[in-house]
Amino acid sequence: MPARKPQRKPQKKSSRPKALSTGPSRLILGTRKGTIVLERGRTGWKAGQLAHGGVAVSYAARDERTGTWWAALEHGHWGPKLSRSADGEKWEDAPQIKYPEGTRYIDGYLNDDGSAAGVEAAMASAKPLRPKLVKAALKKIWYLGFGGADQPGRIYAGTMPGGVFVSDDNGESFELNMPLWNHSSRGGDLSEGECLGAKTFWFGGGAGVNGEHTPGIHSIFFDPRNSRRWFVALSCAGVLETSDDGKTWQGRNKGLLATFLPKPDVEWGHDPHYVMLSKNDPDHVWMQNHCGIFYSADGAQSWKMVSKEGRTAHFGFPVAADENDGKTAWVVPGVADDKRMAVGGALCVAQTQDGGKSWEELRKGLPQENAFDVVYRHALDIKGDALAFGSTTGNVYFSANRGKDWISLGYNFPPVYSVRFA
Amino acid sequence: MARVAFARHLYRFFPALQGREISVKAATVAQAVAELDRQFPGLAFYLVDEQGKLRQHVNIFIEEELIVDRDRLSDSIQPQARLFVMQALSGG
Repeated sequence: MPARKPQRKPQKKSSRPKALSTGPSRLILGTRKGTIVLERGRTGWKAGQLAHGGVAVSYAARDERTGTWWAALEHGHWGPKLSRSADGEKWEDAPQIKYPEGTRYIDGYLNDDGSAAGVEAAMASAKPLRPKLVKAALKKIWYLGFGGADQPGRIYAGTMPGGVFVSDDNGESFELNMPLWNHSSRGGDLSEGECLGAKTFWFGGGAGVNGEHTPGIHSIFFDPRNSRRWFVALSCAGVLETSDDGKTWQGRNKGLLATFLPKPDVEWGHDPHYVMLSKNDPDHVWMQNHCGIFYSADGAQSWKMVSKEGRTAHFGFPVAADENDGKTAWVVPGVADDKRMAVGGALCVAQTQDGGKSWEELRKGLPQENAFDVVYRHALDIKGDALAFGSTTGNVYFSANRGKDWISLGYNFPPVYSVRFA
Repeated sequence: MARVAFARHLYRFFPALQGREISVKAATVAQAVAELDRQFPGLAFYLVDEQGKLRQHVNIFIEEELIVDRDRLSDSIQPQARLFVMQALSGG
């Protein structure tokens, strides 16, 4: 007797595109009002309990290697703090990041009588510059990065004022990277004396929750082929690379343009908003810069602007590089630096698949009227084919199919500072 | 011994501060903060930065007087003085 063919049950057709219900299932948000974990269950995405309620969280992420969750807090009164959790629900103060005694930075220049000197006048003077030296104290933890598989325990923290703190014991202790802190581009070793003649090329920078403006480090990424080679990007100076695990640093700003300066092709003074490389195609590096989108096909040794003023994809904060195809990247455009809002009142994500030669606007599922959303530098993330982003107006969107379709995960979140798959 | 009272906002991060009298043996505010950190590890970094400077939006009063030296916390404390650690109302 022939075996009976198993009867196949008729499949119910889902009303939701399959592409939206696959992919990663957890996100962590750093917001103006706390840390929020979003999880995808059988009935869709849901927000878990709010952690750090009422406290600004500048960055939150999970270290996949250890399963530890991290959040960088910006208390309005009590200063920046690092918080950690074993399960994403119960959080505790972590060992704190502190600048070592004696670390100073240049915060302007002084006349001989101690009054503040105009920078232009100070630079033009024949006398050696008299820098105004400020003792470094932590203003903001802006970014947390996790090291390679061959560097267990390695965690990076990018801070304001511009520092990189490195931990090799899973965050039990952090040490300021001194070669970068003492880099010639920021005046060299400023730990003793008046440092007459010392000059910094680092300026401006991101704002802390209390409005402080000092240069800050917001992007840290390593070469997956050699994790002793890593990069930092900061606002404002540009990109620096180390190939000896932080002992020496070289600027990597060739081809960048700072159109807000009299001489746009300067060595220092650039404002990368966020920089990221393609994980499995790591010579391809992407930068959303204050002045446009830049792309490098040679591991940040040289950059090329791949956007045009007046086009949708040009100004913005975040960028996400495809994990496998280095020529593919996504940005979330805003109008311009003097009009930080969605282009034409319509939210879109722009994608290139040809190294920035052309940009496709992806809008399906995103609001196309009355939208004012701006997406900050850490508020767009990618994992495989999945993308997610959150905006300053508290909207969070997810796509499981490389941005072709988007679904909202909520419209009423606090202003979102960071979005990371967890 | 000086007695120290805290803004209730700090109870959230240091529950042990609530509902008890806290005393420190200190001749200056800086010594008082160091002593408080010994009693409640981590508390000092909520009040001062790593350079020992009082945070911009934190106030410390001796009796009813705001301390003068926010950079080094050198204001002296009389024995039996009362210290108040408050959040500054820096906004509206």
